[in-house]
Amino acid sequence: MPKLTINGNEIEVENGLSVLQACEQAGIEVPRFCYHERLSIAGNCRMCLVEMEKAPKLIASCAMPAGEGMVINTDNERVKKAREGVMEFLLINHPLDCPICDQGGECDLQDQAMAYGGDKGRYTEAKRAVPDKDFGPIIRPFMTRCIHCTRCVRFTEEVAGTSDMCGTYRGDYTEIGTYVEKAIETELAGNLVDLCPVGALTSKPYSYTARPWELKKTESIDVFDAVGTNIRLDARSNEVLRVLPRLNEDVNEEWLADKGRYAIDGLTKQRLDRPYVRKDGKLQPTTWEEAFAVIADKLNGLDGSKFAALAGDMVDAEAMFALKLLAESLGSKNIDCRQDGAKLDASVRASYLFNTTIAGIDEADACLIIGSNPRWEAPIINARLRKRYINHGFKPAVVGPNFDLTYKTDYLGDTADVLQAILDGSNPYAETLKNASKPMLILGQGALAREDGAAILALVKEIADKYGFVSDEWNGFNVLHTAAARVGGLEMGFVPAEGGLDTAAIVNGGAEVVYLLGADEIDTTKLGNSFVIYQGHNGDAGAQCADVILPGCAYTEKDGTYVNTEGRMQYGYKAVFAPGEAKEDWTILRALSEVIGKKLPFDNLVQLRAKLVEVSPTFATPDEVQPAKWENFGVKGDIAATPLTSPIHNYYMTDPVSRVSKTMAECTEALINPKQRTGTNG
Amino acid sequence: MLSDKDRIFTNIYGLKDKSLKGAQSRGCWDGTKGILEKGKDWIIDEMKASGLRGRGGAGFSTGIKWSFMPKEVGDRPHYLVINADEGEPGTCKDREIMRNDPHTLIEGALIASFAMQAHACYIYIRGEFVREAEALQAAIDECYENKLIGKNNVHGWDFDFYVHRGAGAYVCGEETALIESLEGKKGQPRLKPPFPAGSGLYGCPTTVNNVESIAVAPEILRRGASWFAGIGRPNNSGTKLYGISGHVERPCVVEDAMGITLRELLEKHCGGVIGGWDNLMAVIPGGSSVPVMNKEQCDNAIMDFDGLREHGSGLGTAAVIVMKKDTDVIKAITRLSDFYHHESCGQCTPCREGTGWMQRMMHRMVIGNATVEEIDLLEAVTRQVEGNTICALGDAAAWPIQGLIKHFRPEMEARIAAYQAAKNAAA
Repeated sequence: MPKLTINGNEIEVENGLSVLQACEQAGIEVPRFCYHERLSIAGNCRMCLVEMEKAPKLIASCAMPAGEGMVINTDNERVKKAREGVMEFLLINHPLDCPICDQGGECDLQDQAMAYGGDKGRYTEAKRAVPDKDFGPIIRPFMTRCIHCTRCVRFTEEVAGTSDMCGTYRGDYTEIGTYVEKAIETELAGNLVDLCPVGALTSKPYSYTARPWELKKTESIDVFDAVGTNIRLDARSNEVLRVLPRLNEDVNEEWLADKGRYAIDGLTKQRLDRPYVRKDGKLQPTTWEEAFAVIADKLNGLDGSKFAALAGDMVDAEAMFALKLLAESLGSKNIDCRQDGAKLDASVRASYLFNTTIAGIDEADACLIIGSNPRWEAPIINARLRKRYINHGFKPAVVGPNFDLTYKTDYLGDTADVLQAILDGSNPYAETLKNASKPMLILGQGALAREDGAAILALVKEIADKYGFVSDEWNGFNVLHTAAARVGGLEMGFVPAEGGLDTAAIVNGGAEVVYLLGADEIDTTKLGNSFVIYQGHNGDAGAQCADVILPGCAYTEKDGTYVNTEGRMQYGYKAVFAPGEAKEDWTILRALSEVIGKKLPFDNLVQLRAKLVEVSPTFATPDEVQPAKWENFGVKGDIAATPLTSPIHNYYMTDPVSRVSKTMAECTEALINPKQRTGTNG
Repeated sequence: MLSDKDRIFTNIYGLKDKSLKGAQSRGCWDGTKGILEKGKDWIIDEMKASGLRGRGGAGFSTGIKWSFMPKEVGDRPHYLVINADEGEPGTCKDREIMRNDPHTLIEGALIASFAMQAHACYIYIRGEFVREAEALQAAIDECYENKLIGKNNVHGWDFDFYVHRGAGAYVCGEETALIESLEGKKGQPRLKPPFPAGSGLYGCPTTVNNVESIAVAPEILRRGASWFAGIGRPNNSGTKLYGISGHVERPCVVEDAMGITLRELLEKHCGGVIGGWDNLMAVIPGGSSVPVMNKEQCDNAIMDFDGLREHGSGLGTAAVIVMKKDTDVIKAITRLSDFYHHESCGQCTPCREGTGWMQRMMHRMVIGNATVEEIDLLEAVTRQVEGNTICALGDAAAWPIQGLIKHFRPEMEARIAAYQAAKNAAA
């Protein structure tokens, strides 16, 4: 615990802090451009210079470890002059085009120029300019504005692990860019925009759209994967214009994956903004009353066992819960939230949660990835795995798809016999697991969403038991979900009760009336004989086969609860109003229940949430993870020799929203298709 | 003047046999095993006592530098890295050692490595030095053949010597940039701390020494620290290779005692300044990075670290650049500004932006297309760069201009006045 004096005040700080961090703790702001908490220290911008007693030169406070007895001065004339000097240097080759720059209003250079900039320029020579570059569909570069802080270079190198960016040439000819002109190939590219302290890397989809002070900011949760990334929705009038990550050390740190950030333009396309009813084989616009009447007519006298409900991947827990109660009131056991048919056991919490927790990855010392491609299924978790890897925590082993996960892995194979070999100790990786004190495994939906999923689950549990994955203070058994709604559904028991139909049976025409709540990732070809009610926000597979369409809200348009893959319940808030006649999803179900005479027992969100808490305590503790009890689960059985794969084949298009997003289409074109082309294409 | 018997580099001009046999006949590799047997502590103490100050320019005591290495080898190996990236304009001493007297360097590397418990030494040779690298490699091969170095050599200390050729960046002569480049990365200086002795090459304890510092070590240890300390002035002891270029009758590299006067150096070894001593205008005494000195300062300048500091300049690499009266000194310094602008690595702000700014202003100063106030602005810019950068390149770029403004401001103002007059006349 070094004690140091900063501006005459003594302060004691933790070990291992830099002088800059010590200054922050003392409540003194030190200007900086290149320094970033989550990246390695470059010390190259020289903006954070401070005076240290006994040092002949000013020191870069970001790079200097705080030491016992240091005497630091941050606000004397010498320091101020040096910072003004650095600021002047940064500005001489900067175009000063703030009025047409997207960063205006949230630009570090602009802000700090207010404090350290001169009142007029002294530089009369020609300015440097850098030709336009193409960084792909997400980043719009203006490299003339670049101040060479190298945050982007360090981000792609360290966090994203794709090493896309670099500095070429030297001196004031230095250019930050990709070595060869190409698209940035990481699923975390959008974070470069946040990291860039100036307007050099701006968001291409958002370019020239709005100024930050025009935006209304609403806190929410990302629903494009099951990570539960904390986000902020920035909206103007009634449109969400951009999504930014919020800081949450336990979940996403301060990153956000590209789909969650840029698929939002899909929310303005192919929206279901009014009810439809199929008449004469064609979907015709109608009124809420008529749509409800048609449904009520169909349900009238229907046996409960002939009604089925499926919940989609992006719906909020409240809507799912309302649907569950509705199905129950009709006497139906046929409900399922596992669209992909994953053999998840809702009765044992530990069997479907990411028990280690995302932050827990930082402690693990061995990692086995089974039937999952975390880079596409959960880029944020993959970044966390990579972070652990580069901190020499572990080198993951993979059983399943062989994919470039941005870190080195031991590839063990892609069939389940490898798991059997690990269990009986004949696979050399068993040795690693034996020696690990905090091993973890990640079981992907690719391994569970198959006929023998339950057997694989049982086999993996055996591995976990045998190699000490679970102890009193450590649980290394993790299921990685891909759907934001899934864990919420499992927590409330949105699965068929004893004797009920599951997803496979429902889509095979096992029910007369099928209620699809935002469920589109199913094979709809065999639903033809059923009467399909689709409630959702984007016209996709589900709406196409529907007989009645009830327009619901996207996650940006309602208050909602989402439970992430760890079992962490979080609230998202309404940022904008839904288009047209669309209504918040739980209210639709509540209204319908009244029409069919099965009135649901709540009149507002508060009452609904109170009911949810009764079903599962998970819903009582927002932002927290309740540890799950380690119990028996899985059904032993034969396992097929078919390879384990990842359910995601194109990261950028996985759901009704991203499938209609222009930006995601461009990303697919730029980043996915080229790799699938062969030399004879075109 | 240094007598022949006190010379360390007996074949600096390559007139004698460069082979191992020739070097041995001149005393190289004589009693090396005996030196090693005296132990590493004795070697380091002797180096400290000799007062040898690093010959790469900064002048830090070599013995003390060696003593910074961890006393015992931990789980990370120790490395010796020799800096042969001799890129400082005007400097050309190390290449003579590598070309003509390479065995002094190899023997020194073995001894230094032993003293620091390193089993491997990397020498980073400037990319342009093709023949020098070849000559050194030939000498190394000879040593391997004769079991002087390598595994199980006659000296009883396993030692490998690797030649690595740079790609021609001046900044790679900065020790941490050199290490980066050696590791295969872009040659950009690292932040200090950590210093190389704690975390250097591949994160292991490393000492980076100049070629000359290493090459003089065997002779110091053979003859004793007191011999070396007895030459020159206190705290500035020993012999030194001077490289004199510019307006002298016979530019040369010569070994002489530290503390020789500038005038004696030029007149004894180089046939004096062209046109006589009074035709002298300015001297840059230690390679391009040190401030220029005017005639009055040159009259009584003593060529050692402290002697030149008294004149606001420095010994640097002892590369003396001589300019006679009719030199366009503004243009000469502008040439240096061009060099530093070209060689700035671009990592940190003041150097990256400042070198360009200074260079562009200097180009206007050459023709006088400026205002008198802009001289003050130029000075202010150099002060803004100086001391605020990661490595010393920023300082090196600033100092020549500061020296110019300090000593030759009247010339600059006259140039501006003449340009204005010509412009007015034309208008």
